[in-house]
Amino acid sequence: MAGNRPISPHLGSYKWGPHMAVSILHRATGSALAIAGALILLWWLGAIAGGEASYQAFIETVWRAAPANGASVAALSPTNWIGRIILFGLTWAFFQHFFSGLRHLVLDTGAGYELKTNRLWATIVMIGAGLATVAVWLFILGRAIG
Amino acid sequence: MSGARTKGGTHLGRVRGLGSAREGAGHWLTHRMTALGNILLFSWLAASLLTNDFSSYNAARSWVSEPLVALPLILLLVNVFWHFRIGLQVLIEDYVHGPLRIAALAALNFYVFGGAAFGIFAILRIVFTGTTGA
Repeated sequence: MAGNRPISPHLGSYKWGPHMAVSILHRATGSALAIAGALILLWWLGAIAGGEASYQAFIETVWRAAPANGASVAALSPTNWIGRIILFGLTWAFFQHFFSGLRHLVLDTGAGYELKTNRLWATIVMIGAGLATVAVWLFILGRAIG
Repeated sequence: MSGARTKGGTHLGRVRGLGSAREGAGHWLTHRMTALGNILLFSWLAASLLTNDFSSYNAARSWVSEPLVALPLILLLVNVFWHFRIGLQVLIEDYVHGPLRIAALAALNFYVFGGAAFGIFAILRIVFTGTTGA
């Protein structure tokens, strides 16, 4: 009996909508930030504290490999691609969780529960997070080229 | 009022600190308070990461060495790992059942205290060993 009782939240019972998606994404992005995001932040701080060699190792693993002899810019290594994809994902998770968190703080005041309003702000959170992520990465990649 | 005394203290004493009126609301409020802290601290960190070029070791190290950077960074770590602890605890309590839940909560505590301590120690090491590096 106890094993058959419904568990929270009931993903299978409801029709999906933006408000449900934004709620699930809040949990998923929060977990990603708390684990992957935190570990990269700690790795970065630890690498700075460890000295120049450890910082170079961090940068060469996550972002850009050391240039080969004679070359001014190195090609991206496989770990650079993985690092950048993870950082891109974490950028999106950051904005999604940030904007969704702001929405939750408003909901905590008792506002925004009307169906249309709730749906509208859930949609705005998701679009806003996508746009902010693209804007940040256009800026980062633009700076790298320019 | 010896009748009010039971094993483990008075009735009032046993109720204090338990249930949604105390602990539950405490976690809920702390989650929101650390969320407010995160808004300030992570807006600052995100702006700093985008306006500085930290691909060079010297740039990264001299930035973290500044007192007005190191202090908010330490506050950020305390605030965000506290926020992680409450958020991940909610997830564990919702999705992990049975004895595994206790193990998961213990692992969570090791992770957040260990992680925050590692980060704060790294910042202190950077600050107190100067900008030239190890």
